[in-house]
Amino acid sequence: MEKLLRVNMSDLEVRSEELPDEYSLLGGRAMTSTIVAAEVPPTAHALSERNKLVFAPGILTGTTAPSSGRLSVGAKSPLTGTIKESNAGGISAQKLASLGIRALVVEGQPAEKGFYVLVVSAEGAKLEPAGALAGLGCYELNTRLWEKYGTGAGIMCIGPAGEAGMPNAGVSTNDRENHPGRYAGRGGLGAVMGSKGLKAIVLVCDKTFEAPVADKESFKEAQKLLSKAILEHPVTAQALPAFGTAVLINILNEAGGLPTNNFSSGRFDDAAKTGGEAMAELCKTRGGKGKMGHGCHPGCIIRCSNIIPDEKGEVACAPLEYESSWALGANCGIGVLDTIARLNYLCNDVGLDTIETGVTIGVLMEAGLLPFGDGDGAIALLDKEVRNATPLGRIVGAGAEVTGRVFGVVRVPTVKGQGMPAYDPRAVKGIGVTYATSTMGADHTAGYSVTSNILKVGGFVDPLKAEGQVDLARNLQIATAFVDASGLCLFTAFPLLDIDYALPAVADMYAARLGRPYTVADAIEAGKEVLRKERKFNEAAGFTKAHDRLPDFMKYEKLAPHDVVFDVTDEELDSVYNF
Amino acid sequence: MIRISIRLFATLQRYLRPPAPGEGTALEVPEGTTVDGLLRTLGVPLEQVKIVMVNGIHAEMEYVLREADRVGVFPPVAGG
Repeated sequence: MEKLLRVNMSDLEVRSEELPDEYSLLGGRAMTSTIVAAEVPPTAHALSERNKLVFAPGILTGTTAPSSGRLSVGAKSPLTGTIKESNAGGISAQKLASLGIRALVVEGQPAEKGFYVLVVSAEGAKLEPAGALAGLGCYELNTRLWEKYGTGAGIMCIGPAGEAGMPNAGVSTNDRENHPGRYAGRGGLGAVMGSKGLKAIVLVCDKTFEAPVADKESFKEAQKLLSKAILEHPVTAQALPAFGTAVLINILNEAGGLPTNNFSSGRFDDAAKTGGEAMAELCKTRGGKGKMGHGCHPGCIIRCSNIIPDEKGEVACAPLEYESSWALGANCGIGVLDTIARLNYLCNDVGLDTIETGVTIGVLMEAGLLPFGDGDGAIALLDKEVRNATPLGRIVGAGAEVTGRVFGVVRVPTVKGQGMPAYDPRAVKGIGVTYATSTMGADHTAGYSVTSNILKVGGFVDPLKAEGQVDLARNLQIATAFVDASGLCLFTAFPLLDIDYALPAVADMYAARLGRPYTVADAIEAGKEVLRKERKFNEAAGFTKAHDRLPDFMKYEKLAPHDVVFDVTDEELDSVYNF
Repeated sequence: MIRISIRLFATLQRYLRPPAPGEGTALEVPEGTTVDGLLRTLGVPLEQVKIVMVNGIHAEMEYVLREADRVGVFPPVAGG
């Protein structure tokens, strides 16, 4: 019997509930957004006892479906004020699913400030005082938690930034080597966890693929088809394992859409030094623990992750992803991979989202607090100011929009308070539509129009023209909401978009897992339903169409090298949710 | 003859010696050369080519090169 685990931080008790019938088809983002929408007042303060933090594996997570180990973390966001789902890899989601836990809901707040560790196993769940673990960075914390609870435990935790309630704090999850680098980074969910007095959740469970499946034979048939599609598609079979996600650095730079020096240009002179090709070369020449083609969870057959080695071949950072390499690299004018890896390590340790951090430092550089390209200055900012929650550190930890306001900066690339990821919407207009209209604030994963705009996967829509972008962004946002509920890695979308038998295979796996009919049409409707719920929550929280806009400067400030502005009209943006 | 610069990325890097995706490689080619012709001359297997950009804009294989064009060529890639 699958269940819902409620962790009440007010009375420090954990209760297990049978999964309600109406939640039986919900996983991942569909589960987190449904619970948050049903149980959190939309106008609640995100750090108050009225907010809830929900962890949910996808419907296919914990099964033998390929690349299906994703975790959704949801709450009302202290960064955006919207509903939020942040998605992560790592080993924890499969353990939750294998323990029969479809959702873990953290609610309430301790009467006295203090931190706890929640330990969950097949025997039950209990809260223990965190003691000396409070205050630790995530690397040391993970090491100690494995020493105490056993090697291989799943860990979902926060660093000092989350403890201090910073709106840019993420929730860390570990990989099989116990690196704390698989983040549900976006939207400040680490601060929500900190506000609940929860330092870490430890999953003591050596099972990975034990989620219940109603019809194992049919499941296996459908699973084989999806595996075939993933291994057939050149992106998931070759490019991602060989060069990681940062293979995108060079192509976005060529396309003139790689935001550079706080979104002031679309090309970065040192881009090639920070891309996937350069990372692969570094792993080859330095050797040691360096590795491309690393899987973030068991059963992943894409393996886009990596371990970046330092000069001695020890781990500098794992992983170093495209968005992080860009945010802490090109966007800050930093073209040295070792420096970028160090900054990413510090984000992981202090407990920050890499994208928001890079966008925030870019704004600070624009303000003149430190020059573009100042890697040492950026390192000091994270390691000294943010880690110790100094007043300047708290400003950085509050994200790009607050920082821009504090320092009087006009060029602040945010939507709904969230910093933009690694594609300039003036040169990749489809992603601009997603940034503007997503229920999450500026979020590339919510509807990855880059796929058709730049990569020619799932067709081609000219990135420099306004035509076709709204339909593209709408359809991708719907499809993505379903994928985020399934627990499949979003990168399965590349074969799902290009190979006709792949999506029916996913619907068939749903049917076999849940023991009921499930079609592709059901999947699309499920995606729409998630978006409707999220949108309704945001409206009740005070969001209007005036918030579905890009920052004003993008309408008149031309981006080099194409000298383009964002020219999708407001009316077109308002038609995204016409379903 | 016209002068162009070319950059080959990801698995295609190996078809330029030395591979230098960042700086690009300067080449002289006869007027009228197409992207297709250029890639054949370099020995790039065309079936591995997914995306061609000239001056940052997606281009077809039949595109006729002009003086000072910047050509970028990619196999299927993605991430995000």
